[in-house]
Parts: sequence; C-alpha cells; structure tokens
Amino acid sequence: MLAFLVKRLLNAAGVMLAVAFLAFMIFRFVGDPVELMLNEQASQAQRDELRVRLGLDRSVLVQFGTFVLNAIRGDFGISYRNQQEVFTLIVERFPATFELVLVATFLSLAIGIPLGVYSAIRRRSFAAQAIQFVSVLGVSLPSFALGILFILLFSVTLQWLPAFGRGETVALGWWTTGLLTPSGRLALILPGITLSLFQITLVMRLVRAEMLETMRTEFIRFARARGLPDHAIHFRHALRNCLMPVITVTGLQIGNLIAFALVTETVFQWPGMGLLFVQAVTFVDIPVMAAYLIIVSFIFVTLNTLVDLTYALVDPRLRQDAMAGGAHGR
Amino acid sequence: MTTPEPLLAVRELSVVFDTRDTALLALDHVSFDIRAGEILGVVGESGAGKSLTGTAIIGLLDAPGRISGGEILLDGQRIDNLPPEAMRALRGRCIGAIFQDPLTSLHPMLTIGDQLIETIRVHLPLDQVAARRRALDLLHQVGIPGAETRIDHYPHQFSGGMRQRVVIALALAGEPKLIIADEPTTALDVSIQAQITTLLKGLCRDHGASVMLVTHDMGVIAETADRVAVMYAGRIIEMGPVQAVTRAPRHPYTRGLMASIPSMQVRSSTLHQIEGSMPRLNAIPAGCAFNPRCEWASARCRTEKPMLEAGAHGVACWHPVGGSAHG
Repeated sequence: MLAFLVKRLLNAAGVMLAVAFLAFMIFRFVGDPVELMLNEQASQAQRDELRVRLGLDRSVLVQFGTFVLNAIRGDFGISYRNQQEVFTLIVERFPATFELVLVATFLSLAIGIPLGVYSAIRRRSFAAQAIQFVSVLGVSLPSFALGILFILLFSVTLQWLPAFGRGETVALGWWTTGLLTPSGRLALILPGITLSLFQITLVMRLVRAEMLETMRTEFIRFARARGLPDHAIHFRHALRNCLMPVITVTGLQIGNLIAFALVTETVFQWPGMGLLFVQAVTFVDIPVMAAYLIIVSFIFVTLNTLVDLTYALVDPRLRQDAMAGGAHGR
Repeated sequence: MTTPEPLLAVRELSVVFDTRDTALLALDHVSFDIRAGEILGVVGESGAGKSLTGTAIIGLLDAPGRISGGEILLDGQRIDNLPPEAMRALRGRCIGAIFQDPLTSLHPMLTIGDQLIETIRVHLPLDQVAARRRALDLLHQVGIPGAETRIDHYPHQFSGGMRQRVVIALALAGEPKLIIADEPTTALDVSIQAQITTLLKGLCRDHGASVMLVTHDMGVIAETADRVAVMYAGRIIEMGPVQAVTRAPRHPYTRGLMASIPSMQVRSSTLHQIEGSMPRLNAIPAGCAFNPRCEWASARCRTEKPMLEAGAHGVACWHPVGGSAHG
C-alpha cells in the first residue's frame, strides 16, 4: 500500500513538473512581458528596473527553477493587468468555481444514478426509453446554448432566478460561500444545472450500462435464487458493483468540470476562475494564464490520485491484496 | 411404490424458447417426482435440458425462455403459475439452489457473513444478532475452519472448495425442503469434488432436504443419488434407482453413457464414445431423438416418439436393452 502510494505521488510530481514547464514556456513565446506591461512612454531605466524586478535578466534555467520554487510556495508573480498577486486573484475566485462544481457533481450523482438504475431495471418501459432519448439531447446540446436558453426562460420570461453573478456571499476566513444566503443559493441553481446536465447524462448512461452487465452475472442469479427481494438485488448487490466506474468517472470529471466551468461561468458572469482566465486571455495576462494552467492541472492530478486511493476503500479485493496476502488457499 | 404425495412433482413440463419466427422446444413433456429426503440425480450431455429443468422449477427462466405446458407441484401446490412476489418468497425458503461456479456465485464486495445474514433475515424472523449466530452455525456445518473470523472475510479470501461450502451454507440458510444443485462440483478440483459431494449429501440428510442433483458426471450420481433420470434432447429417456440404471441400463443411450466412463480395471488405448452428437434444438429428428445415433434403430424409431414407461425403472425406447418394454 505504501509503495503504491509513493509511486502515485512520484507520478503526480512528474506530471506537475511537465505542466509547470509548459506554463513557463508560455512566457517565452508570447513576447516580452516588459513591453506588454509598460506603455510606450516608459524610459529605458524603467524598463531595466522592471526586467530585474521580474527576474527576466537571468538565464532560462534559473528562471524556470525560480518559477517552480515560487509556484510551490504559491507565488505566481504579479498580474500584468492589475498589478496584483496572481495567487491572491485566483484564490479569491476559486471558491466560486469550486462551489459551482460541487453543486454540479452532486446533481449529476443524485439524479444520474437513480435514473441509470431505473432505465436498466425497467429497460423496456416507456419511461426508460424516454429517459434514454432525452439523455442523447443532454449529451449533444452545448452547455452555453442551454445556459442562454435557461436565462431566457427562467430569468427573463419567468423572472424566477437571477441571470448572472453569485448573489450575496458570506466570508468564512478566506473562503467565500454563496451556500449560506438565499440569494447565493438561488444564483447557484441555473449555472449548476447547466454545468451538470452533461454529467447527469454521463453518469446515467454509465450506471445503466454497468447495471445491465452486472444483472447478467452469476452472483445476481444466485442472489435471485436465494429469494432476495428486488430492491436488495438492485441496490445492495447490483449497484454496489457498478460504483467503481462511477467513482472513477466522477472523480476525473470534477477536474473536467473545473476546467470547463469557464464556458458556464462566462455565460452566467460567474465570478470564478474560468471567468478570470477568459479575461486574462483577452488581456494577454500571461502570469494569470500560467497560474490557471498549473492550478487546474494540480487539481486534476490530485483528483486522479485520490480516485486511485478510493478504489482501495470501495473494493475489498484491492484493499486485502495490498495488506500482505490475507488468508488465501486452505 | 410411489408415496401418495411427493415433495416435488413435475408433470409434463415443457419449456420453449421464443425466436423470431418459431418457438424451439427445449424441454419436452418432462415428468418426474422427488420424494422427501430423496436425492434425484439428473444426467445428460450439455444442452440436454438438465439445468433448464432446475431453472424452470425455481422460476428463474429468463426471456426468451418460458414454460409452455405442464405443471410443477411442491407439496401438492402448483408453483409454476405463482405471481413473481410469491415465487420470490418461495425461493431460498422452500427451494434452495446451488450453482456450478462458486467463484462467481458470491458477491465479490460483500463479506460472506453479510450475504448469509441478509439471506437468513429475508426468510426467517431473526434479528441481526440471532441471524449472525445462525450464519456461524451454518458455516460450522459446512466445515469452514475458524468460522468466527472467516465470517467477516470476503469471497476472494477463500479457495474454490471453501467458496462452494459457503454457497451450500447460503442455499441452506432458509431451511429449504428441496435443493437444486446444478453441477455443484464441476468447477472444482477433482480432489475437492468428493468432499463437497459427501458434505452436500450429509447436510441434506441432516436437514431432511431433498436434492435434485444436476450433473454430467455419472460417478457423482452413482455415489450420491438414490434415483437417476437420464436426459437427452429435452426429454427424460430413462429413470430408475441408481443401482439399476448404472448396472443394467435399458436405453441404448444410457448404455453408451455408462460404457464411456473410463474404467481403472481395464486398460484400453481408446476411450469409448457414442458416435455423433446430440441434435440441436431446431433439428431434433422425428420419432426417437436418439435414432440417428442408435445401432438398434428401426423404422418405428424414426416415426413414432417412444414415451417414458411408468414404473420403478422406466425407459423411453422401442427396443430397450434386455428386451420387453412396450410396443
């Protein structure tokens, strides 16, 4: 187990280093940051002074080393656009994105799993067929189109829900949450649903496929032969066996959700990291782009590693094998 | 000879598989009884309908298979037309089942204790503590060493033989009166097979349960069963006390089956085999289904279907070995 853990962590570190290198290369390719930061009237002395302050006078390798060391400490430099610490900028925005992703993930599991189970065990019913059909729409409709439709229907026409922003937020230390105020919760509904719709269909289809497969196995047949009631067979026996792939996909999709939240955030003007990134791209704010890249990758890699570790918790076979042999044979 | 009320009575049971344009007859008017405490062996080649008979009795036939005729009576009550929920309550409680492969019969992510306790509590009015006590008791009975710790282990921590013991414990959990054991030893090591067979036989005697033992292993039948039914192409072609059928088989097919068991006493360079193979469901010949492979086949065998005779040792053949029979 420990060897496995160390291996996973080393893997993760390797990936992060590669990502850091890519992020670092952005600086090299997008042109001279000094030119971008100062206006045309700046004197040569001012330019040199900034160049030294940004550490751009030193060799590439040293710069990369400094970049990595700074990144580990959470120092991603200063935003070209508003001269603020990039890390502070991102940390301010992170809770908004995270809460949105959390709500979307929760919705995808809370709705996707029951729908998947239902459409598997009542495969031939009209409702199951209808769910299947609608899920195709869910997969194929782009989320920005859906978001705009939602705004039109629920915000403009019906005026039930806010069209943009997070509503009121409450600060808990450095974390700001919209979950504790009524307006914050209302504001989460539309972007949450928009972001989760694809996830819901994904989870549903995955659960359905896995359930159909599991229901054909010998241990389900034996469970039926023992006279266990249907609900125990479907939920206790069959669904349990389907959870592994659901955990994997959900875990990995959280990373995706964070990355792709930027479309939803743009549509709903959600003050999260995605919106920050889109603005950074507009203004060629390279430190923000680089930091976003690194932080999103970091979340990805962390989730990946956590998913691997969760396997051991869900599947006793992995847990036991890791614990030195168990009691085999006899 | 027959007691007035057998535990299980199967009467003219037919099962068909619906295909797009036709219904294939997989079980053709199968009739037999199992008396209380009796072990009935059912032998035959793969596809003869042995397992299908068991599946039909416990009501687990899946589409496109369905019972197309006949009836199944348990303690004189019809069970083949029960509503699904009533049939479910019967499974495990009145009829237990053991399947072929112990490696895949147990849920891999639940401890064997969880699976036992769940099954016990579905059928018996026991609380968690009492059910666990009963589960332990069952594990002792099936000979799991160190049952107190093993009860919390997962299936993958047991060997194949041990897992089949757990499967037997699960089948016995609801105290059923009848156990349908479908090839219970086929997937096991030869050295374990005898142990499991003996265990099954002993437990069923202790619990007063009858067994329908489905296998293609004539040796297992000879050691275990009281009576044996030989199946061929969806029909019972010979049925009688195990001694009589093994020592003096009357159907040419049974004779071939017996002759094909390799003997330790006689060395031979080739193993005996019955020429040809069992017909597919969509190509069962008219008359006696065995006639194309039978050396005694006559014109009558190709046109008229022989019926299984009544009596202690019946055969469905126009020209049974040892003469007589009907016709």
